[in-house]
Amino acid sequence: MSLGLRISLGLAAVLAVGLASTFEHPPAQTVQRGYRGTGMVEVFNPALLDAKIAANAIPAAFAPASAEGPKAGKIYKNVKVLGDLSVGQFTRLMAGMTTWVAPQQGCGYCHSADNFAADDKYTKVVARRMLQMVAHINADWQPHVGATGVTCYTCHRGQPVPAQLWFTSPGGPHPEGMLESDVGKNLPAPAAGLAALPYDPYTPFLSGAAPIRVAATQALPGTDRSSIKQTEWTYALMVHFSEALGVNCTYCHNSRSFGDWSQSTPQRATAWYGIRMVRDLNGVYLGSLAGVFPQQRLGPTGDVAKVNCATCHQGAYKPLFGVSMLKDWPELAGPVAAK
Amino acid sequence: MAQYQNIFTRVQVRGPAYAGVPLGQSSTWQRSGGSGFNHLLGKIGDAQIGPFYLGYLGFLSLACGLVAFEIIGLNMWASVNWDPVQFVRLLPWLALEPPAPSYGLSIPPLAQGGWWLMTGFFLTAAILLWWLRVYRRARALGLGTHTAWAFAAAIWLYLVLGFIRPLLMGCWCEAVPFGIFPHLDWTASFSLRYGNLFYNPFHMLSIVFLYGSAVLFAMHGATILAVGRFGGEREVEQAVDRGTAAERAAIFWRWTMGYNATYESIHRWAWWFAVLCPLAGGIGILLTGTAVDNWFLWAVKHGVAPIYPHVFPAVPDPATLPGAPQ
Repeated sequence: MSLGLRISLGLAAVLAVGLASTFEHPPAQTVQRGYRGTGMVEVFNPALLDAKIAANAIPAAFAPASAEGPKAGKIYKNVKVLGDLSVGQFTRLMAGMTTWVAPQQGCGYCHSADNFAADDKYTKVVARRMLQMVAHINADWQPHVGATGVTCYTCHRGQPVPAQLWFTSPGGPHPEGMLESDVGKNLPAPAAGLAALPYDPYTPFLSGAAPIRVAATQALPGTDRSSIKQTEWTYALMVHFSEALGVNCTYCHNSRSFGDWSQSTPQRATAWYGIRMVRDLNGVYLGSLAGVFPQQRLGPTGDVAKVNCATCHQGAYKPLFGVSMLKDWPELAGPVAAK
Repeated sequence: MAQYQNIFTRVQVRGPAYAGVPLGQSSTWQRSGGSGFNHLLGKIGDAQIGPFYLGYLGFLSLACGLVAFEIIGLNMWASVNWDPVQFVRLLPWLALEPPAPSYGLSIPPLAQGGWWLMTGFFLTAAILLWWLRVYRRARALGLGTHTAWAFAAAIWLYLVLGFIRPLLMGCWCEAVPFGIFPHLDWTASFSLRYGNLFYNPFHMLSIVFLYGSAVLFAMHGATILAVGRFGGEREVEQAVDRGTAAERAAIFWRWTMGYNATYESIHRWAWWFAVLCPLAGGIGILLTGTAVDNWFLWAVKHGVAPIYPHVFPAVPDPATLPGAPQ
C-alpha cells in the first residue's frame, strides 16, 4: 500500500468515526397516529427516553394543609395575593415555592431576613406577579393547559431563572453603510434548529401578534398576499414548536397540507391557544415587570425576559410529561383578584 | 492485458500533447497555456491539460462571474462584521438576500437588496456569455450544438427562478437568495407558501426526468464498461457498424427487460431526460403563484389528491370560533 493511500485511508477513518459520533444511537422507534401512508408518526429513541423522563420528574408534594384557621391576609402584612388562604396553606405554598424556585438560596432570595413583609427585593415583586400569572393561566387558559395546569415548577425546575427564556435579538454586529443590512436571518438560528431561517421569530409572533398563516386557502391566486420571506418567519416559529415539544411537524399537521385544519390533529388547536396564551403572558405579565427587573436581568435591547413554548415544555410534548402538580397545590388554581 | 473495467481508467496512453485543430485566420484569440499532463486527473479523464481557449466571450463571462462572486462574498463577509474566522465557519449559513416585499420591482438601495439585484445582473450576464461561448466553440470545431441547448435548459430554470417569475409576481422578493443553506430554506418555504410543490404536476415530471437521468446514466455507464472487453467503448464505430460488443449489450438488455436502446439512441434518451428535467421544473415554478396559489387544493380540485379517512376528532379552526383570542 502506498503512503498516499495509507494517509487517505487514515483520514477517511478519522472522519468516519467523527461523523458517527454525531449520530443518535439506533434504533429510533415510530408510533403511528394518523391514517396509514400519511407519515403522521411520532419518532422517539428508547435509549434517550429514561434521561428525558428523569429530567421531567416532579418533586414530592407536601402534606396538604387545612383551609381552616386564620387567613394569611389578616395575620401577615403586605399580602397582596393569596391572602384568602389559611396561614397553613400560605406557608406551605411559600415552602413549596422555595423548593421550586430558590432551593439553594432559600427564603432570603425574595424576602429580607429582618422583615418578610417588605417589598425591597425585586425578586419578591416579580414572584407576586408570577403568582398572579400562574393563577391566570390555570383559570383562564384551560384551552391550552387543561385541568393539568401549571405551577412555578413547570418553568423554574429548581432554578431562580427558568432555563428557557428569550429576549429580543439585537442581531449580530453589522457594519453600517451601503453593504447589505441585517436581514434577521442567514446565520445559525438556535430558535430554528440552527437553520439559516430568521433567528428571532419570537419578537413578531410571541411578543407581537404578526399573522402566522401563509399558505393560500384557495387553489387559484388572488386572495393571499403572503410572501416567501414571510413564510420563512413562520417556518422558524414552527421549528421552535417542534424543538420545544420534542415532536415532529406531524404532531399537529398533516404535512401534505400544513394549513388545512380538517386534516390537522387536536393538538394543533391546543397549540393555537398556546400561542395566544404566550402573547398574553409576555404582554400583560412579563411586560408589566419592565421597571422591576434590575439591569443584569434585562436582554441586550433592554427588554424583560419573555416566555415561549420551551419555557414550560422543555423538550416534552406536555410539560413534565403531563403529570399535574396542580392537584397537589390547588391554591394556585386561581382566579386571583387583581392587585 | 489492460482493460477498461475499473472504476478508474487503468491505462494512460500518453503521446506528445495534442494542440487541437488549427484556429481560423480570423480568430484574434489564440489558445493559451502550454500542454501538460496530470497522472491523477488521467485516472478519471484525459491526462492532458490545456491548451485553453479563453476568447473574448470567455473573458467577459469570467469577468462578470467574478464581479457577481465578489459582491456575494463581500456582502457575506460584511454580514459577520468582517470577522474572517466567522466568515469561514458560518459560510454555509450566509447569504445575499433579495429585497423586501415592500420594494416590489423597483430598484432598492444597495443595502436593502440593491446588491442582490446587481449580482443577479452580473451572474446572468456571465451565464449567458458562457452559453454563447459553448455554442461558438462547438461551431468552431464543426460540432452540433447539443451541449449549448442542454445548457440552455438549465439556464431556463435559473431565469425562471430569479428573473421571469419575480417579474410576473411583481416582486424581486420572490426570488432566491444567494447562499448555501438559505437557498434550501427558500425552497422549503416556497413549497410551504404555495401549498406543497409535490402536487405540482410539472414538479412531478421534473422528478421523473431527474431520477430517470440517474437510472439511464447508471444503465448506460454500466453497459459500456461491461462490454469494454469487446471494444464496446468505441461507441461511434459500434453505432454504425455493430460489433460483438453492441450485439452482446443489446442481447443483455433484451434478456433482462425485453427491449434495448441502441448505441446511438441511448444518447438521445440521456440528452432528453437531462434537458426535460429543468425544462419541466421551470414550467412548474413559473406556474406557482402566477397560475396556481395552492397546489394541494389545486390537486384536490382536479381529483389528483385523495382525501383520507379522518382518524382524529374534527378540529375547528379556533380563529373562526366566537370570542377567539387574537
